[in-house]
Amino acid sequence: MPTFSDSILTALGLIASADADLLEIVALSLRVSLSAVFLATLIGLPLGAALAVFRFPGRGALVVLVNALMGLPPVVVGLVVYLTFSASGPLGVLGFLYTPAAMIVAQTVLVTPIIAALSRSTLSDLLGEYDETLRVLGATRLDVIATLLWDARFSLATALLAGLGRALAEVGAVMLVGGNIDHVTRVMTTAIALETSRGALPLALGLGMVLLLITLVLNAVVLGLRGRLEAHAHA
Amino acid sequence: MKLVSIALVVFFASPALALAENDVVMVQSTTSTQNSGLYAYLLPIAAQALDLDIRVVAVGTGQALGNAERCDGDILIVHARAAEEAFVAAGFGTARYDLMFNDFVLVGPRSDPAGVAGAATAAEALARIAAARAPFASRGDDSGTHQKELSLWGGIADVAAASGGWYRETGSGMGATLNVAVGMGAYTLTDRATWLAFENRGDHVILNQGDPVLFNQYGVIPVSPARCPNVNAEGAAAFSAWLRTDGQAVIAAFQPGGQQLFFPNAGN
Amino acid sequence: MPDYDASQVIPFQPPRSPEMPGLRVQGLHVTRRNVALLNGVDFEMSPTGITALLGPNGAGKSLLLRVIAGLIAPDQGRVQIPRAMRERIGLVLQRPVLLRRSVRANLRHALALARVPRRDRSRRVAGLLALGHLDGLADRPARRMSGGEQQRLAIIRALAANPLLLMLDEPTAHLDPQATHAIETLVAQISSEGTKVILVTHDIGQVQRLADEVAFLHQGRCHERAEKTAFLRTPESAAARAYLNGKLLL
Repeated sequence: MPTFSDSILTALGLIASADADLLEIVALSLRVSLSAVFLATLIGLPLGAALAVFRFPGRGALVVLVNALMGLPPVVVGLVVYLTFSASGPLGVLGFLYTPAAMIVAQTVLVTPIIAALSRSTLSDLLGEYDETLRVLGATRLDVIATLLWDARFSLATALLAGLGRALAEVGAVMLVGGNIDHVTRVMTTAIALETSRGALPLALGLGMVLLLITLVLNAVVLGLRGRLEAHAHA
Repeated sequence: MKLVSIALVVFFASPALALAENDVVMVQSTTSTQNSGLYAYLLPIAAQALDLDIRVVAVGTGQALGNAERCDGDILIVHARAAEEAFVAAGFGTARYDLMFNDFVLVGPRSDPAGVAGAATAAEALARIAAARAPFASRGDDSGTHQKELSLWGGIADVAAASGGWYRETGSGMGATLNVAVGMGAYTLTDRATWLAFENRGDHVILNQGDPVLFNQYGVIPVSPARCPNVNAEGAAAFSAWLRTDGQAVIAAFQPGGQQLFFPNAGN
Repeated sequence: MPDYDASQVIPFQPPRSPEMPGLRVQGLHVTRRNVALLNGVDFEMSPTGITALLGPNGAGKSLLLRVIAGLIAPDQGRVQIPRAMRERIGLVLQRPVLLRRSVRANLRHALALARVPRRDRSRRVAGLLALGHLDGLADRPARRMSGGEQQRLAIIRALAANPLLLMLDEPTAHLDPQATHAIETLVAQISSEGTKVILVTHDIGQVQRLADEVAFLHQGRCHERAEKTAFLRTPESAAARAYLNGKLLL
């Protein structure tokens, strides 16, 4: 039975040796998940802002839906994206299946609701504070959105980190649409799943610790930057 | 600043852009061949010999066949003969060829509560397990292993009725099922290659083997271009031909820890 | 004091307003949850100078400001404002809401919303800072200033769009005498340069110091509207008399 100290030692050994395969897997994990968060932000942030600022019939239902979609099961998303990009599916011609492109699409689907829902919530709160004042100053709805996005940028960064955490941690979607192909679509989580199925539990745990460490470092960097920037906050 | 943005976009876009450049052959195969390390050993050799980029998606047999039916693979390598022949008969595959074989073994806790170690046949071993109601972990996922296992239970026990009791269906791949079996001290049927490569054996050992009925045949099937116009028919045909000729020696030479895991028999 | 070239400053200059008709609110009713918050407010205001809206808490003064500013639509009645003034209204709330940015950035933001050309913004900012005596605090995060300083910022921010009408809702209610004096000086200066000012207050002393005319509001109606001195010396309505005598009005 592997102990935690076994795994920590394995993890440190992996990092210290800068194992080429490990580096490849880490790089791919970062590229796929960061790309997904980037795309999810492009879609989710304006969506969240629009939901916070505009009033229209059905808005309440849409907010509930977006919030509920935060709980999309990754394996279900993987299945749907797989069927979409399958050769016998509607978008098979794109040839995305079993490539990082499909993985990015699947993770974007998973992360967008998180960013949309969390940004809507943050911006809604801020709007409550700013609305009257901005209206009197002559702001259009778009002016309001721009003002809110900038003033809430530090809270929004936390929403992005939540999305990134989700993306880096999930295995169900990328396994189905990527196929865990060695040197092509193998990322941290699918590698961990593979080593687990090989019974190589210390190695699997060690990889898990490496993944945790990466997530920790990313969070520390972003929140550290946030602290420095907030101290000098002037637009 | 602009230069940095462009560089970042290129860096992140490149995974998406890394689509099929070289001639790619997608293989839908099973976890047993993957986990044993066979592909890690064999594919680089084949790739160089054929100048192809050969990629393996390793899933359960049922999923592999399903994927191939949806034209998401160029070639199939699985070990469920009946299902393979049905696949070809339905027009999804060009033809089915024998590739290699090994055998299944019955593993369980060293203490062997059901006493299967002395059984002369596999059927006898399973009967003892059923009689003792000793825990048995089944793949339960329509894989080649699962189908072989079910065929062995025929006439011995109604395992469907026992499901959830001493008979536990994990619905998972071989590795996951072995983890479960070791974790709950259960017996299970596994192919020898996966077992030998498996690192979490705990207290488990091979308790019964050698019955001819435990023979495990692997087949290779190129996916039909008539059914799936998008397949790399030439690449698949080339790889299939290589596997059944030069590849046979490579398969035989794969001996991790000094033990041969797969025995080529493509001559049929 | 920062050292800037005076020629680089565009001092605040209120727009020249031609002879305008006065402002009038007619029969304004606003009811919420069966309570008549504005119960037929009806009075006229002079188009120049400082009009004080005086009255006890709950009289509806703040609500009336919001109706005039167009933030709330009345259930009945209307607000008559000279056309030119309608789009050029500035409103300063009781507790100013400032952006989480520096003083300078807050002003730039307001100028941007007012569609002031980029090239003029820096100089306009300098002019507004000078008016509000906030030059030294230009780069301070706006929310890290004292209450009085924040209120001064809110007022000069409202001037960014060159309003013809500036409305202030109890601007000194939470401030100490020094800060109050600074605000009153600022308001007086703004008024003297030609901007129409409506000032909500419950402070009789402030009325005395600043106002030209007074409208007395109580229980959602205007009981009296008169020139300041006349009002303070001889109020006509019973409610106003009671209020000026320090009696609690219910």
